[in-house]
Amino acid sequence: MEKEAYLDLYYQMVLIRRVEEVASQLYQQGKIGGFLHLYIGQEAVSTGLISARKPQDRVITAYRDHGVAINCGIPAKEVLAELLGKATGVSKGKGGSMHMADVSKNFWGGHAVVGAHLPIASGLALGDLYQGNDTVTICMFGDGASNIGYFHEALNLSKVWNLPVLWVCENNQYGMGTAVERASAVSEIRQKALGYDIPNSRVDGMDLIAVREAALDTIQKIRQGEGPYLVEAVTYRYRGHSMGDPERYRKAEEVKKWEENDPIGIYMRFLIAHKIAVESELDEIEARVETEVEEAVQFAESSPEPAPQALFEHVYVEG
Amino acid sequence: MARITMREAISQALWEEMETDPNVFILGEEVGVWGGTYAVTKGFYDHFGPERVRDTPISEAAIVGAAIGAALTGLRPVAELMTINFAFSAMDHIVNEAAKFHYMFGGQFVLPLVIRTVGGGGRQLGATHSQTPDAVFAHFPGLKVVAPGTPADAKGLLKSAIRSNDPILFIEHATLYQARDEVPEEEYTTPIGKAAVHRPGDDVTIVTYSKMLEISTKAADKLAQEGIQAEIIDLRSLRPLDMEPALNSFKKTNRAVIVEEGWRSYGVGSEVAARLYEEAFDYIDAPIRRVAQKEVPLPYNRTLEQMALPQVEDVIKAVKEVLHG
Ligand SMILES: Cc1ncc(C[n+]2csc(CCOP(=O)(O)OP(=O)(O)O)c2C)c(N)n1
Ligand SMILES: [Mg+2]
Repeated sequence: MEKEAYLDLYYQMVLIRRVEEVASQLYQQGKIGGFLHLYIGQEAVSTGLISARKPQDRVITAYRDHGVAINCGIPAKEVLAELLGKATGVSKGKGGSMHMADVSKNFWGGHAVVGAHLPIASGLALGDLYQGNDTVTICMFGDGASNIGYFHEALNLSKVWNLPVLWVCENNQYGMGTAVERASAVSEIRQKALGYDIPNSRVDGMDLIAVREAALDTIQKIRQGEGPYLVEAVTYRYRGHSMGDPERYRKAEEVKKWEENDPIGIYMRFLIAHKIAVESELDEIEARVETEVEEAVQFAESSPEPAPQALFEHVYVEG
Repeated sequence: MARITMREAISQALWEEMETDPNVFILGEEVGVWGGTYAVTKGFYDHFGPERVRDTPISEAAIVGAAIGAALTGLRPVAELMTINFAFSAMDHIVNEAAKFHYMFGGQFVLPLVIRTVGGGGRQLGATHSQTPDAVFAHFPGLKVVAPGTPADAKGLLKSAIRSNDPILFIEHATLYQARDEVPEEEYTTPIGKAAVHRPGDDVTIVTYSKMLEISTKAADKLAQEGIQAEIIDLRSLRPLDMEPALNSFKKTNRAVIVEEGWRSYGVGSEVAARLYEEAFDYIDAPIRRVAQKEVPLPYNRTLEQMALPQVEDVIKAVKEVLHG
C-alpha cells in the first residue's frame, strides 16, 4: 500500500469516530429520533475489511451501519443528513439510522431485523455467480445474529451453492445485554462455520491491519471460486447498545480495559512505528476531519425536509 | 384505586401471577438481566431467578417454539417477543403451530401460552420497526389476540391470558407504557373477548382499541366542545371479536367511525365495518368511515411518519363526515 492509502484508512477511522460522537450529541439535543446504534470501538473492523474490497464487491450489514456507510464512500454529510431525516440523506430521510444504503457505492444496507440480511447476502452472491460477475459479497453481522435461524440457513445455502460470499461476524461480546457465553453454544462464533464445512478464521478486530490482511486473503480465495468463508473479528462496542442503554450487564472496568485497546490508537502506533507517518501528519488528518464533520452537520441541519409527497413515493416501482 | 402507568400495570399482572403460580415463567430477549427492553420485567430476574426469568438468544422461532413445547407439558410460559415486527420471525410457530394444535389433534393438545409483544409506530424507528400488523394475527382461528388501551384493562386482561388454556397474543403499544390511569387495588381479571363502552355518547359511535383509544378520546373531547357526543367502544380483544357493544351503540347513533393504527386494507376497520353492515344494515344513516394508517411502509422522518399515522384531526374529520355527509 502507498503511504496515501495508509493515511486514508486513518482518516476513515477518525471520521467514523467523530461522526458517531457528533451523532450522539445531536441525539441528546433531540435532533435525531428513533434508535441510534453507534460504531465507536469497532471502526477497525469495517475500515480494514472494506479497504480490501474491489469497487464491484458488495457490502451488506446490520443496523450498526454508519461506519460501514462511510467506509463504502458515502460522504459524512449524507449520513448525518439521514440521521436528521433530511431529503439529502443517503436514504432520503426515509430510512434513518438503521436503514442506510447507497447502491451506487455498492452498499446494500443497513438491515434492522437481526440476521435477516444474511440470506439476502446469499442471494446477492447468487445473482453474481449466475451472471458470471467477478464480484464478492461481504456480509457483516453481530455475534447475536449467529443465534437466529436465518444465519444457519444462509451459511448452509452459501456452501451448498458455492456462493462468493465473505461472512464477517463482528463479535463485540454482546447482543444487546446478553454476553456471547449466555446466548451461544460456542464462544467462538467461527466454530459455527465448521458445521457447514465453511473455512473460517478469527482475527483481532481492534487491529485494522490484521482485519485487512484477513480480508485481502479470503476475498481473493472467494473470487477464485473457492466458495464462502467466515471471518470472526473480535471487537467491542464502547457505547451502549443504542442510546439510553442502562448498561446493567457489564462493568465500567471491562469497558475501560477495552478502551485501552482502542483501534485508532493501535493503528496510530502502527503508522508511527513503521515510519509511515509522523504525529503531525496524523494531527492534520484529525483537524481535517473536525472541519469536515462541522461542515457536514451544517449541511445536514440546513438541508430541506422531504417534501410531503415523498410519503407516497417508492411504495412501488410502477405506481 | 391507584393511578399507575400501563408499564406498572403489566408488570404487576406478571408479578402477581408468578407469585401465585409456580408454573408461570417468562422467556424472551433481554427480559432478565436487562430488565426488559421496555422495563416491564425490571426486578424480576433478581426476585424470581434465572430459571423463571429466562434470557434467550436472539431466536424468535425458538422462543415461541419452546414456549409451545413447555406449555404442552403443563407449564404456563409467557414468551416475550421484543416487538411485533420480530413476531414475523416466529410466524410459523404462532399461526401454523400454536393456532392449530388444539383443533388439529382433536382437542388433545392444550397450550396455556401467552406471547407478549409490542407494536405500533410514532417513534421514528423506520419501516421495519414500526408496524401495527394486529389484524394479520387476528386472521387466524385458534389464536386469541388481545390489545389493551388502558392500564386497568392491561392488567386484568394479562391475568386472564396467563390463566387461560388457549394461545394468546398480547399486544402492547410502545407509546402507551407511560399512560397513567386508575387501576383497582384489589384482585380482578378482565375477560378476554369482551369489548367495552369506554365513553358514553349519543351522536356517533367510534370503534377503536389500543393506542387509538387515546387518539379517539382526544378527538371526542374536542367534539364535545362543539356539542357532539361520541360514544367510544374499546374492542380490547380482536379475536374473539365481541361486536355487541359496537352494535348496540350503532343502533342508537346510526353512524360509525372505526379508528385503527394499522393499514386500512384488510384491517380491523374492514372487519368491524363489514359486521356493522351485515348485522345492523337497517340502522345505517351514513356510510361508515375508517381512519387508518396511510398505505405506505412507515418512514423515518418525523413529519412524514406523523402524516402517515392517524391523528386526532383525522378522527374529527371522519366523525363530521358521517354526521353531515
Ligand atoms: C429478529 C430480531 N430480533 C430482535 C431484534 C432486537 N435487537 C436489535 S439489535 C439486537 C442485538 C443484536 O446483537 P448482535 O447481533 O451481536 O449485534 P450488535 O448490536 O452487537 O452489533 C437485538 C436483540 C431485532 N432487531 N431483530
Ligand atoms: Mg454483538
